[in-house]
Amino acid sequence: MTITRRNFLRQAAGGTAAAAACATLAPSPAEARDNLKVPEKAIGLLYDSTLCIGCKACMSGCKDANNLPLEDTIGEKLWDTPLELSGKTYTVIKIYQHGTMANKDKAENGFAHIKRQCLHCVDPSCVSACPVSAMQKRPEDGVVTYNKDACIGCRYCVAACPFGVPQFQYDTPKPEIAKCQLCKHRLAEGKIPACAEQCPTGATLFGTHQALSAEIARRKAMKPGEPNLFPRRTIDSGDNHEKAAAEYVDHVYGEKDAGGTQVRYLSGVPFDKLALPVGLPERSYAADSETLQTTLYGGLILPGIALAGLVAAAWRGSKTHHDDDDQGGQNHG
Amino acid sequence: MVNHPIPSEVARRLQKPRDGHAAIGGPLFTPFTLALGVLIAVAMYFLAQRFIYGLGAVTNINNGYPWGVWVVWDVVIATGFACGGYAMALVTYILNKGEYHPLVRPALTASLFGYSLGGLSVLIDLGRYWNFWHILSPTYAQPGSVMFEVAVCISLYVVVLWIEFSPAFLEHLGLKDVKAKLNKVMFIFIGLGVLLPTMHQSSLGSLLVVYGYQIHPLWQTPLLPLLFLLTAICMGFAIVILEATLAAAGFKRDIGPELPLLSKIGKIIMGILVAYLVIRIGDLIVRGAMGTAFTSGTKSVMFIIEMALFAYPVAVLSKPANRARLSRLLAAAMSMLTGAVLYRIDAFLVAYDTGPGWSYFPSAPEMLVTIGVIAVEVLAYIVFVRKFPVLPGHSTTAAAE
Repeated sequence: MTITRRNFLRQAAGGTAAAAACATLAPSPAEARDNLKVPEKAIGLLYDSTLCIGCKACMSGCKDANNLPLEDTIGEKLWDTPLELSGKTYTVIKIYQHGTMANKDKAENGFAHIKRQCLHCVDPSCVSACPVSAMQKRPEDGVVTYNKDACIGCRYCVAACPFGVPQFQYDTPKPEIAKCQLCKHRLAEGKIPACAEQCPTGATLFGTHQALSAEIARRKAMKPGEPNLFPRRTIDSGDNHEKAAAEYVDHVYGEKDAGGTQVRYLSGVPFDKLALPVGLPERSYAADSETLQTTLYGGLILPGIALAGLVAAAWRGSKTHHDDDDQGGQNHG
Repeated sequence: MVNHPIPSEVARRLQKPRDGHAAIGGPLFTPFTLALGVLIAVAMYFLAQRFIYGLGAVTNINNGYPWGVWVVWDVVIATGFACGGYAMALVTYILNKGEYHPLVRPALTASLFGYSLGGLSVLIDLGRYWNFWHILSPTYAQPGSVMFEVAVCISLYVVVLWIEFSPAFLEHLGLKDVKAKLNKVMFIFIGLGVLLPTMHQSSLGSLLVVYGYQIHPLWQTPLLPLLFLLTAICMGFAIVILEATLAAAGFKRDIGPELPLLSKIGKIIMGILVAYLVIRIGDLIVRGAMGTAFTSGTKSVMFIIEMALFAYPVAVLSKPANRARLSRLLAAAMSMLTGAVLYRIDAFLVAYDTGPGWSYFPSAPEMLVTIGVIAVEVLAYIVFVRKFPVLPGHSTTAAAE
């Protein structure tokens, strides 16, 4: 018996058609998983770069509230000086600088601040990637939480996050994933996240997703240069300060990026200058990945069909030539 | 002398009645096994550091490149190398080509150790390894995760491989009844033994879909699972050619009897590779990403090297005269394997861009641990064939040569 390619392919079509189909079927629209939606009682943060003065009170408040150790990057062991998110740092203020740095919130010869932290995606890649439900999105308020007691430390979330947020601890035998959980322990006590609590200018503002959307619309409608009131901590705190409105770029970061986020950003300089990935699709990567998985393995239908075909083929094979040599070839007629 | 799988030896059975497998015996302590022992000891030293001080004490992985060689080589590539059993089972039992039967057992043995070690070495890399069982527990499992699917399928496949292989043990333990009963239902495990690698080898590619823009468009595509599957099957066939050649060279044996089989395998590889290249390039054109093959610096260079390594075997194997020559078959198989290894390294590491400021190249201790894992695999194989009836009875003479 010879095995030509045509023969091989024909037999393959018979024996493993379903298995092959598993892999070749393009995701069908009918089974496509849509982006998850913003939960009804979603909460989040608005970070307005034009209000931020770079005082880093939020960073200090975050370390305090979450019992995080100091991080020393300049060798003085005196200050907390993280430069990036890390296993010890859930949030960090970074700065964009250009030329003379004369103009705040301008790309040319200017500077601007950016607060890095978990964006609490509407449809998070980390939650979709996590094999053991350690990363979860709370259905009620949409906070993306992490449970170290479930985590196996595979770091798929670290790799998958489009914003580079989850940080693994490489310097300990009992590592955890470090990531902002919107101070869920403070929320449970009726408090607001520590960073918003500490912010002296209201650059980091806590609120419901809906209320923050209204606040974003209000700020975008402001005339640049005209004085306006800006609330601190929460929108209805009543603690306002007056400031000339800045000129915002026409992009509310997190409105649609990668399916949207519950932490959103306003800025006077384009977001690619603030080291946030721009040009992300509106469809979430989690939806892409899970659509593929559901198409191939949904209800174990395709694998079931494939297995039936394979077992039948193997059974037919076992009739024509017995595979166990150790029975003295009794089945070899 | 080391005893590698000896397909050429096994192939002799084609010409004579089958008369069972036998342990080939021989010394367990040889210069080669001792060298393996040293490599394993070195790996253990660094592993101790890893478990005492954390992953960062030994590896160069970081939050920009959280997966290094312990994932990309030890699991993604090593299980590809271990696809020999899968590929041979596919043609022998599913396509019912009994003529390939002699090549199944040695291939299956290599798969057994490749997968078992691949599965175990995951524990080294898991930061919170003591929770590893969560992935198989309904309380924690998250079926939407590609990683979950890969982990379940690899775990099940390791079990299936051991069941497929258990007749060798059962005979050793004198459990003839159990063995006879098992053989009656073996076709179920053979079916599973083809389904499970189909699922997880493709899913190793699917792992990258959720990375989105972080994977360069030359590699990021919804067809990743198909491309990973096709190359995994090709790796399986190419490994069979490589194993046969190594055995023939190592034991100064005439490879003549099995050359016809190997040349047919060469033809299969060619067919699958043609499909792979058509799909891969077609997909790039459809997605409008073909241009980036020439404009993306290092990534373009790596892509072009990959394509050359896949195209070379097609060119060589398309000539029947070349398929009849072992040297050409081997060159094609080696090129194919290198291409498939590079494809996996590129997709997981080179194409992965997580933002400015991050870089990764494995540290020496990190690579020594990977080498130690390979040494465990080879040593286990040697002990296995010496102590258990794995290879055909006749191989004793060959082993003594």
